[in-house]
Amino acid sequence: MSVMTQTGTAGAGAAAPVPVLKRPSPYPGWFFLPAAIIYGLLFLLPTVASLYFSLTRWTLFNSTFIGLDNFAQFLREPFLIKGLINTVIYAVVTSGLKVVLGLLLAVLLTSQIAARGYLRSVVFFPVLVSTVGVGITFTVLMHPTNGMINEGLAMLGIKGPGWLTNPSLALYSVALVDVWKGVGLATVIYIAGIVAIPKDYYEAARIDGATKLQNFFYVTLPLCRPATVTVIILSFIGGLRTFDLIWAMTRGGPGFASDTVASVIYKQYQAGFYGLSTAGNVVLFALIAVLVVPLTMLLNRREGHE
Amino acid sequence: MSLVRKYGLSVLAILVSAVVFLIPFAFIIMMAFKDRTQAQLLDFSWPQGFHLWTNIVEVVTTRNWMLLTAFINSSILTVASVTLLVIFAAMVGFVLQRRKTRFNGLIEFFILAGLMIPPAVVPTIWLLQGIGLFGKLHGLILVEVAYGLPFSILLYRAFIATIPRELDEAAIIDGARPFDVFFRVILPLLWPVTVTNIVVQSVAIFNDFTNPLYYLPGNANATVQLTLYNFQSQFNTSYNLLFTNIALITIPPLVVFLFFNRQIVAGMTAGAVKG
Repeated sequence: MSVMTQTGTAGAGAAAPVPVLKRPSPYPGWFFLPAAIIYGLLFLLPTVASLYFSLTRWTLFNSTFIGLDNFAQFLREPFLIKGLINTVIYAVVTSGLKVVLGLLLAVLLTSQIAARGYLRSVVFFPVLVSTVGVGITFTVLMHPTNGMINEGLAMLGIKGPGWLTNPSLALYSVALVDVWKGVGLATVIYIAGIVAIPKDYYEAARIDGATKLQNFFYVTLPLCRPATVTVIILSFIGGLRTFDLIWAMTRGGPGFASDTVASVIYKQYQAGFYGLSTAGNVVLFALIAVLVVPLTMLLNRREGHE
Repeated sequence: MSLVRKYGLSVLAILVSAVVFLIPFAFIIMMAFKDRTQAQLLDFSWPQGFHLWTNIVEVVTTRNWMLLTAFINSSILTVASVTLLVIFAAMVGFVLQRRKTRFNGLIEFFILAGLMIPPAVVPTIWLLQGIGLFGKLHGLILVEVAYGLPFSILLYRAFIATIPRELDEAAIIDGARPFDVFFRVILPLLWPVTVTNIVVQSVAIFNDFTNPLYYLPGNANATVQLTLYNFQSQFNTSYNLLFTNIALITIPPLVVFLFFNRQIVAGMTAGAVKG
């Protein structure tokens, strides 16, 4: 008990002066400790250390300070810049498609449609499947000559492209698979948002004689805005950080055509350029900060005005 | 007319969903049934003969039962990480929601940072090497806990806000110590959100590929996702085995999906409504 009292007041004492005779706080500060130690040691400390090591040539055993050379290299080497541009394209394409398709599917799956439960399950299940497994499966399905997708297209008389072998297409093919796997999450988020809209709004719209299209644009769309914000931000961050799907499908190839920052980080790590790899981490961090923070503020501000 | 339109849309939706979402899974299963020569054609055809069992035996026993070791490793990793995550996140969520101090803002900042910032990989490896945990399963367990904490804490904090403070106060008046207030009064009440946490984090950690790839190199302690990656190069000509492996490691998420669909959706959509 006395130990409890000490630790309890010590935690609280740091926050505000506590009268000597007060009971121990029922919400002791040491409850933070286990989480804080693990998070601080394995997440915060490496993140802070990365700021220093990104400025060095590093072998894990010793590091030489070389200033901003790593970042200069990042902006000079064409294949590294390519990775940077690809990352942004990938994030924009995947989050854009997930918003549009997720919203349409959610509207469809909250309407009076038959087999709703089956459809919801089938759309959502890929979210839970291993990304590497999905990547390998679609690599086979997208095989330029024997793949099922192109054979299906051939039956319709269309000559399918080399989805993953054509350098100008590979990144978008991977992005499409990402949407296939992730649209279920966007859909259930939108379903939760749409179900939470009070029925009175639709009632009022019906009395005013609104068409289905007007219902969608003037009731559903504005009122499920929180869901839109969640979907955009989640899938945008996910898109910027994406690694496993690209690595399972193309390894950044053909050439460097589908490299993203995350795959560059892994390649530089494999090659033993630890400083450059860490600089890649810092670049990715900066990219997320520069794009996501303003995006969040923009999305939340407009909400305040409505 | 409207009847036709209504059912027309339903039929169309079912057909499209079958082509887009079911055929890839049917393809995986059919490939797992085929023998090597037929699988190599990569086409969507009915398996000639039943080779599933020989495929399973071959894929499990290859490389000294590597897949079996991997399943054991993945199970230990998932169970241990999720257990620690649930307890530590619930403790933080509880105190964070109940006690308002000037540190709350800072803690919330760290939670958001944890959700957004990509982990600094090489410095983490350097650190793990420094404390002797690099390439060890318990090292990876701690890493998974560190990366999963922010999301779990958010889930817990939101749920704890719905539990009345009077319960804590009643327990305190009855003489319960802070430790007992939490572990004997509050934690049992958090069961619904605990289930959500367990399910969502288990699926995420079981499916995790990137972190084992970086922090757990070597065949001896591969996880199931890594076996898939290793077999991808080894079984380049044996697609039947590769797809048998995919089918096998899809079973745990499928089981979770069949039993806990509602909790998964609840966990993943948390925050969608209030934004």
